[in-house]
Amino acid sequence: MRISAEEILHVAGLARLHMDEEDMDRMAGHLSAILAYVDTLKEVDTEGVAPMSHAVHLVNAMREDRVGEHLGVEAALSGTLERENGHFLVPKIVG
Amino acid sequence: MSHTEGLYIHEARKHLDAGDFTAVELTRQTLDAISDKDPLINSYITVDEESAMEQARVADERIQRGEAVGLTGIPIGLKDLILTKGLRTTCASRMLENFIPPYSGTVAEKLMAEGAVITGKLNMDEFAMGSSSESSFFGPVKNPWNPGHVPGGSSGGSAAAVAAGLCLGSLGTDTGGSIRQPAAHCGVVGLKPSYGRVSRYGVVAFASSLDQVGPMARSVEDCAMLLQAIAGYDPRDSTSVNVPVPDYSASFARDLKGMTIGLPVEYHSAEGVKPEIRSAIQEAVKVLQTCGAKIVDIRLPHMPYAVAAYYVVASSEASTNLARFDGIRYGYRTPDAKDLLDLYEKSRSEGFGEEVKRRILIGTYALSSGYYDAYYNKALKVRALIAKDFTDAFACCDLIAAPVTPAPAFNIGEVSDDPLTMYLADIFTISANLAGIPGMSVPCGSTFHGLPMGLQLLGKPFDESTLFKAAYAYEKEAAWGRALADPRKARL
Repeated sequence: MRISAEEILHVAGLARLHMDEEDMDRMAGHLSAILAYVDTLKEVDTEGVAPMSHAVHLVNAMREDRVGEHLGVEAALSGTLERENGHFLVPKIVG
Repeated sequence: MSHTEGLYIHEARKHLDAGDFTAVELTRQTLDAISDKDPLINSYITVDEESAMEQARVADERIQRGEAVGLTGIPIGLKDLILTKGLRTTCASRMLENFIPPYSGTVAEKLMAEGAVITGKLNMDEFAMGSSSESSFFGPVKNPWNPGHVPGGSSGGSAAAVAAGLCLGSLGTDTGGSIRQPAAHCGVVGLKPSYGRVSRYGVVAFASSLDQVGPMARSVEDCAMLLQAIAGYDPRDSTSVNVPVPDYSASFARDLKGMTIGLPVEYHSAEGVKPEIRSAIQEAVKVLQTCGAKIVDIRLPHMPYAVAAYYVVASSEASTNLARFDGIRYGYRTPDAKDLLDLYEKSRSEGFGEEVKRRILIGTYALSSGYYDAYYNKALKVRALIAKDFTDAFACCDLIAAPVTPAPAFNIGEVSDDPLTMYLADIFTISANLAGIPGMSVPCGSTFHGLPMGLQLLGKPFDESTLFKAAYAYEKEAAWGRALADPRKARL
């Protein structure tokens, strides 16, 4: 199945990636080839097979509801370029 | 040649404890080897010279007090996706070019608690996505046996540095073969432990249901020492499994009588396996037989679908995991954003490289409305069948022997524009990640052109001991030698 440039644009939007036209054409080519290969999975009879999302069967790894060690505000903010009053700063989102 | 050069970890341990040399001397020689050889290999992104020398001094004091344990004073490198508090961790990406983690991963903490000397952070494919270590923002890693070839990937720096003696052991991560494949291409021993054996806390996630941290070193015993140090339950990783960690050194034996090794018909007859690899594996199997193992044919009928299932599962998980890179809390932030959406899109597009974006797009597509069942859910069902193949196979054998790769290391640039061909390089390693079983790569000779090859051993879940046993017997019996790779002496 050939993926169109429009589909790439749609998926890129969902993934919050910016694509120019040249990117779109190249990615459309690569993704079409990869998905054509992935389509070989259709040959496999999976009737009645339960999907396996994980290799170990763990159910709800619970812990006690207690405050443990955690990063302080300074450490948590240490990776950001823009900050103000102990918060992450983002561009204005309401007019 | 210095008296500390080219030693295995277990040998260096004895010499350090006997006072033949100090951890400071061993670390100095390792750092000198890095300055000497690494310009030709590019295996390190960050060398932490000052801190390494300080750690070595502390280790020497500990050794003198008679309190040394397995890795005290041993220079170890870490793949650059393992968080190290205060030491830059880049994932070989522009996205994290200047990222200084505020905390360390559990595996790094465990090594430091043993008194290991962390030499620095090792180069890799960007965000561990690749099989050649060419996609690094910091430039490709070169194969130390022949710098015209790739070292494999994604833990290419971890493999190359160990092979060339630029650390005595290293940690890598393996999501689809990223420890075993570069280990094979660089002629070192590499182990992907069972899923859940080693904590993933503080390891930058690629595909969370497949990722596993593991050791790389120049001998089987060394790998066992490293796994011993990092294995075990960690309450900070909800997917780590609370089962006892055996004493791996107790598993070493020369005699494999009573062990049954399965040869998967599908692997050994697979198309595209180069004749040199095929005959090296046949020879290796004969050696295992000489050691006393019984060889039987087994079947893994869904193996031909493993790569397709893997790329759906891994890319889907990656697209979700990498959503955290938003340009706001850490990592690259575009300097000119009009609004919030523009900030997200520009930061991510400028910060991520081509292969990372490709996988995010594949994963987002596979998870998107209308395609979820056809791709993601279908891949999970095929994954279940692949896992069941192994369960069935292990009913009649103790472990499985196979090639690690269909071909020796390819030339740099040879397949970097062809993602599908690159993905197929992992055809023999991927199934183990889907099933969660442990897998090991052990050197099994070199090609006519001097490129190493690897024998893969696959075991039952949490049975790394049997892998160590077979690998140890094979290593001793085959005796391939212990030369360090030197890119200056490569046969070009």
